Amino acid sequence: MESKHVHQQIAAMRQSFFDEEVLDEFFSQLEQLEDQNNPNFVEEVFTMYFRDSTTLLETVEQAMKTISITLAKLDKILHQLKGSSASVGAKKVLNEINKTRQVLEKGNLEGTKAGIWEMRKEYESLKAKLEPYFQV
Amino acid sequence: MTMEEKMGGSNREGEALDRFPVGMRVLAVDDDPICLKVLGTLLLKCQYQVTTTNQAISALKMLRENRNRYDLVISDVNMPDMDGFKLLELVGLEMDLPVIMLSAHSDTKLVMKGITHGACDYLLKPVRIEELKNIWQHVVRRKKPDSKDRVNALNQDKASGGIGEAVQTSTSSSDQKFNKKRKDQNEDEEDDGEDNEHENDDPSTQKKPRVVWSVELHRKFVAAVNHLGLDKAVPKKILDLMNVEGLTRENVASHLQKYRLYLKRLSSVATQQANMVAALGGKDPSYLRMGSLDGFGDFRTLTGSGRLSSASLSSYQPSGMFGRLNSSAALNLRGISAGVIQQGHPQTLSNSINGLGKIQPVGLPANQNQNGTLFQGIPSSIELNQLSQNKSDNHFGELNPVNNPNVFGVATNFPDARMTVGSSSSSLSTPSGSPLLLQANTQQAQHSGAFGNQSSLRVASLNQESFDMGVHGFSNFVDNGRCHENWQNTVQLSSFPSNSLSTCEAFSHEQLHTNNLQESISWRSSHLNDNPIDLSASMANAGLEDSRGDMQCQISPSNNVIHNIDYAAKQQWGENSSFAGADSLVAGAPYVQHLEAGKLAFNTKLRSNEDILFEQRKPQNEFSQNNFETLDVISSSMIKPEQYNETGMMEGEFGYDAFPLGSCI
Repeated sequence: MESKHVHQQIAAMRQSFFDEEVLDEFFSQLEQLEDQNNPNFVEEVFTMYFRDSTTLLETVEQAMKTISITLAKLDKILHQLKGSSASVGAKKVLNEINKTRQVLEKGNLEGTKAGIWEMRKEYESLKAKLEPYFQV
Repeated sequence: MTMEEKMGGSNREGEALDRFPVGMRVLAVDDDPICLKVLGTLLLKCQYQVTTTNQAISALKMLRENRNRYDLVISDVNMPDMDGFKLLELVGLEMDLPVIMLSAHSDTKLVMKGITHGACDYLLKPVRIEELKNIWQHVVRRKKPDSKDRVNALNQDKASGGIGEAVQTSTSSSDQKFNKKRKDQNEDEEDDGEDNEHENDDPSTQKKPRVVWSVELHRKFVAAVNHLGLDKAVPKKILDLMNVEGLTRENVASHLQKYRLYLKRLSSVATQQANMVAALGGKDPSYLRMGSLDGFGDFRTLTGSGRLSSASLSSYQPSGMFGRLNSSAALNLRGISAGVIQQGHPQTLSNSINGLGKIQPVGLPANQNQNGTLFQGIPSSIELNQLSQNKSDNHFGELNPVNNPNVFGVATNFPDARMTVGSSSSSLSTPSGSPLLLQANTQQAQHSGAFGNQSSLRVASLNQESFDMGVHGFSNFVDNGRCHENWQNTVQLSSFPSNSLSTCEAFSHEQLHTNNLQESISWRSSHLNDNPIDLSASMANAGLEDSRGDMQCQISPSNNVIHNIDYAAKQQWGENSSFAGADSLVAGAPYVQHLEAGKLAFNTKLRSNEDILFEQRKPQNEFSQNNFETLDVISSSMIKPEQYNETGMMEGEFGYDAFPLGSCI
C-alpha cells in the first residue's frame, strides 16, 4: 500500500542516514522526543537548524573574505555551529566542524578555509538528504 | 513514557520524595535556539517543568522576580549578552540555586572555570536525555544542608513544592547553610541515593563542605580580609574575625583564594576605578551615607537611565578601556568596579585600587567582560579601600571572578546592588570594597542598569566615615563601577566611572582620610581612559593615604585623555598630597584641565559607551578645587548630557555641595 510503501521508504532513508553516519544517535533521541504532544518535532528542529546554520555559514564565509578576520570571532561562530549540529545529530557536519576548529586553533588560515568548505559540503548534502526525508 | 508524563504532571505536588524529580522547575538559558528547543523538549520528557529563554538577562530577571519559582538553572557558557560564567556566579550568589553549565566545549579549563564559579555540573552538548534525568540530584543536594530535617520532610512530602521551600530555606540563612552543607557533605547523599557522579559527589571527607557564600557572608569575609589586610589575611584569622558558626577554615581558605583571583581581575579594572573611587570616595561620609542607600535609589534614578550600570558598564567594555573602567571605576570608586570596572578595565581598577589600598592590581583583566570587570575592579577598590577602611564588600571580589560576561562580572554580581549595598551599608567598611560593590552593584545595574549606581552609592554610604565615597558617584558607577574606595561622597560622583570611565572623576580616594573628600574627588576619572592603572597608581600615590580625599581628578577623558590623565594623575599623585588637602585640587586643577580636555574627548567616547556617568566625572576634574565644587564642575562636565541620562544625574549629585557631600548625592 501506499502508506506502507512510504513507510518503507522512510525507513530505508533513515537507515541510510545512520549507515553513512550522516546522522547519529542524537537524531534518534530527537525522534524519541517526538510524540503526540510534539508532532513534527524533528522536522521543526531541523528546519530551525537549517535556517540558523545557513546564516552562520554565510557569516563564516563572509568573515573569511575579510582580511582582518579575528580567529576568535570565527571560532565563536564555529562553536555555535558545533553546538547546533551536535544537538540535531548531524554527525558528519559536526566532524567537519571539529576538524576545522582544530585547524583554526593552530592558526592555519588556509586550512581553515578548506575546512569550512568541507563543512559546507557536508552540510549541503545533509540538507539535501533530509529534505526529501521530511517531505515523505 | 506518555503515561509517566501524565502521572508526573498531575502528581507533581505533594508527592513523596521519589516523585521529586518529577515536576522540578528548570530554567534553561541558551542563545542558540536550536539547542534551547531540543533541551527544553528533553527536559519536558524528563517530566520537569521547563522555562526557556535565550537571553541571560531575561533569565536573571525572571529569577530575581521569584526566586522560588525555579529549582535549577541550566545555562550555556557562550552567550552573546552575558557570559555564562558570570550568570552562573550571579545566580549562585544571589539566589543560591544550583546551576548547570552547558557547552559544546569540553575543554578542561572551561570545566574548571565552571566549577570554580560554583557550577553544580557541566554538561556537554549535545545533551543526552540520560544525563538530564539525573540533574535533579543537584537540587536535592543543595537543599540538604539547609534544614536537613526540613528538607527531608519536605522532599518527602512534596515534589516540586517542597523543593522550592527547601531552597528557600537554604538561602535564608547562610550560616545555616554552612552548617547544613557541612552536614550534608558528611552525610553524603545517601538519602537520595543518587550516585554522586558529579563534582559534588562524595561530599564527605573529600571535599570541604560546600559552603554557600551568601552576600552577607561574603561581606563579612571581605570585611575581615580588609581588616586584616589582604596580604596578611590568613584563613584562620579571617575565620575568627568573621565569627560565623559552622564555617571552617577550609571554606574560608578556598573562598579567599577565589577572592584573591577576583581581586586580581578587578584590580586591573579597579585600578582605574579605584582612582576614581578614591576621588569619589573620600568625601563626604555624610554624603555617602545618606545617600548611599538612599543615594542609591537616587542613583538609580540617576542612572535612571538605568544605564548606568549596564550601560555604563557595557559601554565600557566597548571602550575596552581598561582604564576606562577605571573611569568606570569612577564607579569603582573602588568597588565600583562593579559595573564599570568590569568593563574590562578591571585592570585599571586594580590599578587604581592598588593605589588605594591593597588592591591588587592583579591586572584585572581588561575585562571587557563587563561581568568581571566590574568586580574585579571593585575588588581592587575594595582593597584599596582597605586603606580607607572601606569595607567594600568584598563581594566584589567574589563577583568578579565572573567572567566578565558583558555585565561586568563584578557588577553583575551585584545585580541587585545588593552586594554593594551590603557593603555600603557597612559604610564602606571596605573602603575599596564598598565602592566596588557599589560598582559591582552598579555593574549589575548594568545588567540591571541601575545597580551599578546603586552600588556605588552604597559604597559611598558605606564609607561611613566621610568616605562616602562619592558613592554618589557610585550610582554612576554603576556604570563605572567606581571603586572609590574611600570615596566619600564628595567625589563620589567621580566615581562614576560609569562607563565613561573617562571621567574618572577623581575619586576621592583618599577620602578616607580626610573625609574631606572633597578633595579626594580627584577621582581619577582620567584614569579611566587611559589606564586606569595609571590612575590608580596615581591615585594610590595621591595618597590615598592622605585620605584627604585625594581627589584625583583623573578624569581621563577617553582613552586619549587617559594617557593624559595618567600622566596627570601621576603628576597629581605627586601632587596628590596637595590634593589631599584642598590644595591638591588645585594641583589637580592643572591636571584637570588637562584632563578636561581629555575628558571631553573622553566624554565623547564614553558617551558611546554610555559613560555618561563619567561625564559627570569630568566635572570632577575640575574639582581640583578640593571641594566639590570642582567636582560639581566635573561632574557636570562629566556628565555629558547625552549619555548621561544617568550621569546627568550624577552631576546633580556631584554637584553636591561640595562637601557636605552628603548632599553630593
